[in-house]
Amino acid sequence: MNTDTHAAHADDHHHDEGHAHGSLSTYMLGFVLSVVLTAIPFWLVMSGALPSKQVTALVIMAFAVVQIVVHMIYFLHMNTRSENGWSMMALIFTIVMVVIALSGSLWVMNHLNSNMMPIHQMTGMK
Amino acid sequence: MTVTVNPAQTGAPVFYVVDEHPHPEGWSTSLGFWIYLMSDCLIFAILFATFGVLGGSYAAGPAPKDLFDLPLVALNTSMLLLSSITYGFAMLTMQQNRIGQTQMWLAITGLFGAAFIGIELTEFAHMIHEGAAPQRSAFLSAFFTLVGTHGLHVTCGLIWLVTLMVQVFKFGLIEANRRRLMCLSMFWHFLDVVWIGVFTFVYLLGVLR
Repeated sequence: MNTDTHAAHADDHHHDEGHAHGSLSTYMLGFVLSVVLTAIPFWLVMSGALPSKQVTALVIMAFAVVQIVVHMIYFLHMNTRSENGWSMMALIFTIVMVVIALSGSLWVMNHLNSNMMPIHQMTGMK
Repeated sequence: MTVTVNPAQTGAPVFYVVDEHPHPEGWSTSLGFWIYLMSDCLIFAILFATFGVLGGSYAAGPAPKDLFDLPLVALNTSMLLLSSITYGFAMLTMQQNRIGQTQMWLAITGLFGAAFIGIELTEFAHMIHEGAAPQRSAFLSAFFTLVGTHGLHVTCGLIWLVTLMVQVFKFGLIEANRRRLMCLSMFWHFLDVVWIGVFTFVYLLGVLR
């Protein structure tokens, strides 16, 4: 860091390197997208529009991921520049941790469940 | 004869005074708060993982299909989503220094948040009344822990919101209050992000199961 950026930093109360702000149009766009991305999964489950439950599950999970990204961009104003990229770094680190914790737990516990199956079911499976 | 002693040559320690340059107050708050939110995210991830593991253990008790009322969940979701956009309006009017409108949007956000909590508590009370209390099965323990933790966060957000409204009323939109409002903005939108996970993985996938 050199002294020039400090001076600019101190003068500028809205700190350009800090957290970004939204505008009315980005907030509204984010809101409309969120409403659509919320309504479709609810409709899919409540109406049973898709014949296969597995397909419905995958589709609503995909909608959830897209909506989380929409919220991150339009409501939380995430970008690669805010805080000199450190908030993105923290986010990526957290996502890695969350993926490890979630997939690891589900995977391990699922295997444990299969292996701890009561004996009469185990013999029945043979 | 004088001998100039070069400290570097004699091996004596050399000290440099590194002066910490001054930063404006609160310059690192938003990054620090973001890192707090990420740690909160890990708490929710673990609760989601717990629910994922235990979500099918009904112990011959009620299953999600018997308990969840999707239209009510949809209503609850819309309350939280509306509170998110009204908080966005509060931030926009704050940037334009329109203090009255900021307060109005904050109050509307608070009402939507309170409606969300009210609907959630009604749902919990109804479930417990029907015998689907947390101690009934592993699924219900995990459900109440996950959804209850989220509800507790929203409640804390509401208390924070009222506190900030009083602060803004007393001191106006000063720099410190703007910073606080921005932190609450991140907190509030973050809770909405967590709720996306809750309504998808707990309610919708639960009913689908």
